[in-house]
Parts: sequence; structure tokens; C-alpha cells
Amino acid sequence: MAFLIITTLIKLIIIEFLFLLPLAAILTWMERRQSAYIQDRVGPTRAGITIFNHRFTLWGLIHIVADAIKMFFKEPFIPAKADKIFFKLAPLIPFAISLIIMALVPFGPDIKCIDIPIIGTWLLTNFPEYSNITLQIARVDTGLLLVFAISSLSIYGIILAGWASNNRYALLGGLRAVAQAISYEITLGLTIVGIFIIFGTAELSQIVAAQQQPLFTSLPTWGVFVQPLGAVFFFIAAIAESKRLPFDLPEGESEIIGYFVEYSSMAFGMFMLGEYLEIVVLSAVFTTLFFGGWHLPIIINLQINSFLAAILGMIIFGVKVFLLSALQLQIRWTLPRFRYDQLMRLGWKNILPIALANIFITAGLVWIDPTYKLAAYFGMGLTIIFIILVIIGPRRATLTATTSFNNPNQNQV
Amino acid sequence: MIIKVRERTKMSAYERLYLPEVFRGLGVTLKHLFHNLFGNHKTRPLQTVRYPEQKLNYPERFRGQHRLLRRDNGSTRCVACYLCATACPAYCIHIVAGEAKDPKIEKYPTSFTIDMLRCIYCGLCVEACPEDAIRMDTGIHTKPFLARSDAVMGHLELLAFPGQKDTSLPYGAQEYRVLKNTEKI
Repeated sequence: MAFLIITTLIKLIIIEFLFLLPLAAILTWMERRQSAYIQDRVGPTRAGITIFNHRFTLWGLIHIVADAIKMFFKEPFIPAKADKIFFKLAPLIPFAISLIIMALVPFGPDIKCIDIPIIGTWLLTNFPEYSNITLQIARVDTGLLLVFAISSLSIYGIILAGWASNNRYALLGGLRAVAQAISYEITLGLTIVGIFIIFGTAELSQIVAAQQQPLFTSLPTWGVFVQPLGAVFFFIAAIAESKRLPFDLPEGESEIIGYFVEYSSMAFGMFMLGEYLEIVVLSAVFTTLFFGGWHLPIIINLQINSFLAAILGMIIFGVKVFLLSALQLQIRWTLPRFRYDQLMRLGWKNILPIALANIFITAGLVWIDPTYKLAAYFGMGLTIIFIILVIIGPRRATLTATTSFNNPNQNQV
Repeated sequence: MIIKVRERTKMSAYERLYLPEVFRGLGVTLKHLFHNLFGNHKTRPLQTVRYPEQKLNYPERFRGQHRLLRRDNGSTRCVACYLCATACPAYCIHIVAGEAKDPKIEKYPTSFTIDMLRCIYCGLCVEACPEDAIRMDTGIHTKPFLARSDAVMGHLELLAFPGQKDTSLPYGAQEYRVLKNTEKI
């Protein structure tokens, strides 16, 4: 029992406090820096520390610290007629739920106790009943279902924030968020049915294991190859769930008043950090379901120590999650916001029928060919058609004015 | 009444697929991101000058802080004719005239003040001056002030500005004080 508690605590520290929270903090910086570069600006460079007459700005990374200090020292204001308990509780809910979901995601292959350097043999003699350490905090049979059961709870935080503020604008923002989340949750649920059909399990580490099977010679059975439609629509619906642009109507930080109008200081900071946690968690779940989790086809045949393999797996998992998070930021700074009717139409009339059709097509293809080859051919065909469409698609003359990267004032800087 | 009818072009079937266009958009933003991340200063579209560390060369006719000029014998060139104060749209020049010892000159300013907070740096005083006594060619910015009274500069201050040596050259002909770029950060 002591063995389980200690290993779980170590895993908890690694995945939540050394991976999830720092990555979310870095994303707050990355969002500014990346958006600045996309818009040909410089981004944050000012905050810095002066040591021995040399100023260290670390490319603006110190702004994370500056932000945290600012948030903590601002006055936490609570409106007089607000519901005090729920007002304080609301920002914690999305934050906590992100941490819980991360506990269900496998972030590396199992470690054999013998392979751990220095303490390996000691562990084996003292705890002979535990030969493996799973790099997943909670291995639950209903893993994926539990992920979605818990993630849909995070909407309580938002509606509570809107309602407890005793502000009509906040309440309307909360209601928009709920309507949006309910609309897209259905799509989210339907897209993972395809995953269930293909992999036949809801347990996340088994889904990762199933994705290691070779599909063709060296191509693994990654979800994105056999379920490209599911992957795309899962991603869209998940972005809508996490209320990021182009689906950020509940908040609409530049124009509309959102559900956290009344929040200030660290309570607002929790909402903001919660948003970035959601990005990371969403990327982690997406990686696990569609991009093979911690697994990479090149290193599958390496016969190495399971401890080293676990470290390698964790790094691969981290890189995948990081790249997908960067993609989400990129999407945010590329697309304009939807109108609310467009949002609802997209959710109910476009994505939902396609997600339903995807289930039937996948089921049919797997029924005809249980080795998933047919499903993979179908998926790859769709992908190739899509890539060709992107490359040769018709363009409007007015919209494709190319940007010149030649600096007009080259002698300036 | 003028009614401007703007035709709204409908999206084509391809554009209504939306996703291919989204990917094209992502391509555009990625292109900017990579050019700015990995490009050198000639290829990157980023044009920002990081001001306090990096400064642009000012154009030759840049109007900076005023200065008053001296004659070769060291006395001020100003003859207190009030033309600059009259031309000034911001009413920031105040001159008190006194009688000069040299009968050819008649007057000299006993006090010549410019309120730097009122000045709009239009250069009309320089244009108006018949004696080439005031110039805005120092190429430096007016420093910030802690009190409003500090912003009023007297003629002793105005005479003490750098660039004082090249008084013999006509306005605009001398080489400019050019603020050098510091190295790139």
C-alpha cells in the first residue's frame, strides 16, 4: 500500500506540477509571443531582472512571474449582492477538473521495477507484489467515459460564476457558455464512438496500446489515420468546449461581456489559468486518442531498458502535447469569432450529422474488414482529397494578395 | 440622398466547406510566425524598433530641441524683434527686450524663454527669424520635467546646447547629430 501511495504521489508531482501547470504558465507567455509574431509585432520583452548590471529578460518569460505577482497583489473584490460561497467556489471548478482529467491520461509506458536504477532490486525484494509502475495516475476501466463525464462538469464553474456574480451580463455570458457546451458535447461524445468501435476499449492506456499495432508496414494504427473525420471534429468540438476562439462567445474578451466580469485579482487569474490548463488537457486527451499517446513508430523496435523507454515516452508525450497546444494558439490567432447563430448552426446542422455519419461509416467498414485496413484506406483517401483541395482549391483574386516580406525600409534597423 | 449599395459576394461551394480555407489561413499565420522566428532582419516582416535600446536615424530636417545661436564675438544673435513670438501658434516664446550697446543692433533680449510644454515643435519661429538666431537642429528630444516651471527654458539654457560650434553654416547645411543605433537586442 505504501508503495502505491508513494509512486502515485511521485506520478502526481511529475504530471500535474512538473508538466501540466508549468506548460499552462508557459502557454500564457506563448500566446502573447506567438500572436505578436503572427501579427508582426514583438510581444512582451520588458519584464526582466538586473543582475550585475546585465538585464535578463529571457525572451519575456519573466512576464509570467510578473503576471502572477500582479494577480496576487490586486484587491479581490466581491460584489455586495453576490453569493459569496459560490462566487469563491466557481473559479476553482474548471481548475480542479483539468487536474482530475490529467490524472486519467497515460503519459508513458509501464516501468518494470527492476529497471529502475539504484533502487530497482531493493524495490523488488521489499515489494514483490508490485512488479510494474504504470505511468498513469488512475487506471480506470471506464477511462474515456470518465474523462467526458468529468469534463462536462466544468460548465458548472462557468454557470456558477455567471449566476453568483448577481450581474445580468455575467449571467447571460454563463448561459451562452452552457448552451454552447451542451451543443458541442454531443458532437464530442459521438466522435469518440468511432474510437470505441476501432479500438474496442474505453481504457486510455489500452487505447494507446492498441494504437501501437502496425496498420501497414511501419504505420501505426493511430486514431488520426483510421478516424480522420473523428479527429477533426473532436478537435473542433473540444475547442468549442474549452471556449477558445473562434468559439469564445461566452467570454469574448474584446467585445462581449463574459461570465467573469465581476472577478478580479487571483479569482480572475484562476479562470485565465484554467483556460490554459484546458488547452493542455485537451491536447493531452487528443494526443492519447488520435496521436498514439506517448508512442512514436520509430522507437517502437528499440530494445531498451523500460526505465529509459518510459523517459523517452514522457518526452514524446510532452512534445506532442506542446505542439497541439501551439496549434490551438495558432488557430486562435488565425480565425475570427463566429456569430452565435453560426455557432449553433455549425454545431447542430453541420458537425453533428457528419459525426453521426462517421459512426455509421466506421461501423460498416470495420464490419466488412475487422483489420481496420478498409477504414484506414477510407480515412487516408479523405485526407488526400482534402490536401489536394487545400493545394489546388480555387482562390479569390482579392483575397490572395500576397504579403511581401521585403522590408521597405531596409536601412532602418 | 446617396445610397451606396455594396454587393455582398456569396461564398462559393468550396469556400463553404470552410475547413480548406481554415488550413490556408493557418498557413498564412504560420508563414508570418516562421519568418519572424527564424528570419534575419531583412526577411522578417517585423518592423518594430525597440525604442530605448534601438533608435532610428532622424531625417535631416528633424525639428528637435531649440537652441539660440551666438555671433562670432559671443553675444547672442537675437535682436529681440519679436517675430518668432508673433509667429508662434502656441504662444510659448516670451521675449523681454533691452537696449544694446552696439548702435547697429539696437536691441537684445534680456530674457528669452520658451515654454517647452506649450511648444508644438512646428518650426515657425525658425522660419520667422531674420537673424538666424534660433534653430531646432540639435536633434535631441526635450527631456521630461518633474515640475512645470522646469519646462520654461531661459536664453542661457538655450544658448548652452550642443551643436553650438557650427554657427557659421546656414540652417540645415551642417551635419546632423545622428543618434546611433545601439547594437541589436
